[in-house]
Amino acid sequence: MAESSIGCARPTGSVVGESPEVSEEASVERAEQSAGKERAMGTIMVGRKAPDFTAPAYHAGEFKQVKLSDYLGSWVVLCFYPGDFTFV
Amino acid sequence: MAVSVDSQFVHKMWDENELSKMVEGGIPFPMIADAAGHLGQAYGVYDAEAGVDVRGRFIIDPDGVIQAMEVLTPPVGRRVDETIRQIQAFQHVRETDGAEVTPSGWEPGKKVLKPGPDLVGRVWEVWSPADE
Repeated sequence: MAESSIGCARPTGSVVGESPEVSEEASVERAEQSAGKERAMGTIMVGRKAPDFTAPAYHAGEFKQVKLSDYLGSWVVLCFYPGDFTFV
Repeated sequence: MAVSVDSQFVHKMWDENELSKMVEGGIPFPMIADAAGHLGQAYGVYDAEAGVDVRGRFIIDPDGVIQAMEVLTPPVGRRVDETIRQIQAFQHVRETDGAEVTPSGWEPGKKVLKPGPDLVGRVWEVWSPADE
C-alpha cells in the first residue's frame, strides 16, 4: 500500500477496470452501463471470485490506496457498514 | 478491512476520537472510503435510497474467492467470534483439500466428517447434534 497524497478532492473507490469519474457526456452511457451492472451484481456468489477494487483508505495513521488483489495469498474479511459515528 | 461511504478523513477522526478508546492502539486494519458506493454496488450491499452500504460481511480466501457472506440491515450488529469460527473451518477444509468437511457448530478440535460413498445415510452413526 503506497501512501496517498492529500488534496481537497474527495476521491472514491472503484471496481478495477472501471473509472470512478463521471463526465457529463458519459452519464447517459453510464446509466446504460449501470443496467448491465445490476445484472453483474447477480454474480456475487459464494465460490466465485470477489470483485477486485481499488479505493482510498485510512490505516494506522496514514492515508493509503488499498487494492483487494494485493491481498491474494491471505484470508480477507471485508466488512461493509452504514456509517462512521453511528451506534452499532 | 472495513468499508463505508465515509471519507478516509472521517475514518481518521472516528478512529482517533472514538474507536481508539474501545480498541487499544486504534483500528488495526484499513478503513476504506466508498464515497460513491461503487464497492457496495459491486458486492450487492449498497442501498441507493439511503445512500449507504448495509452491513455486508465477506470472507475471501487466499485465491480471491468469496467463501462466505452475511448481510444484515443496519440496526443489528455482527458476531465476530462466528466470523472467526467460519474462517477456521474454511482453513481446515482448505488444508485437507476438501477431504475433511466441518459439520454444524464445528470448532477446531471437534469432529470432522470425511465425505465418501460409505458415509451416505450413515452420518448419524458418526455425528450427532450433541457433538456441536
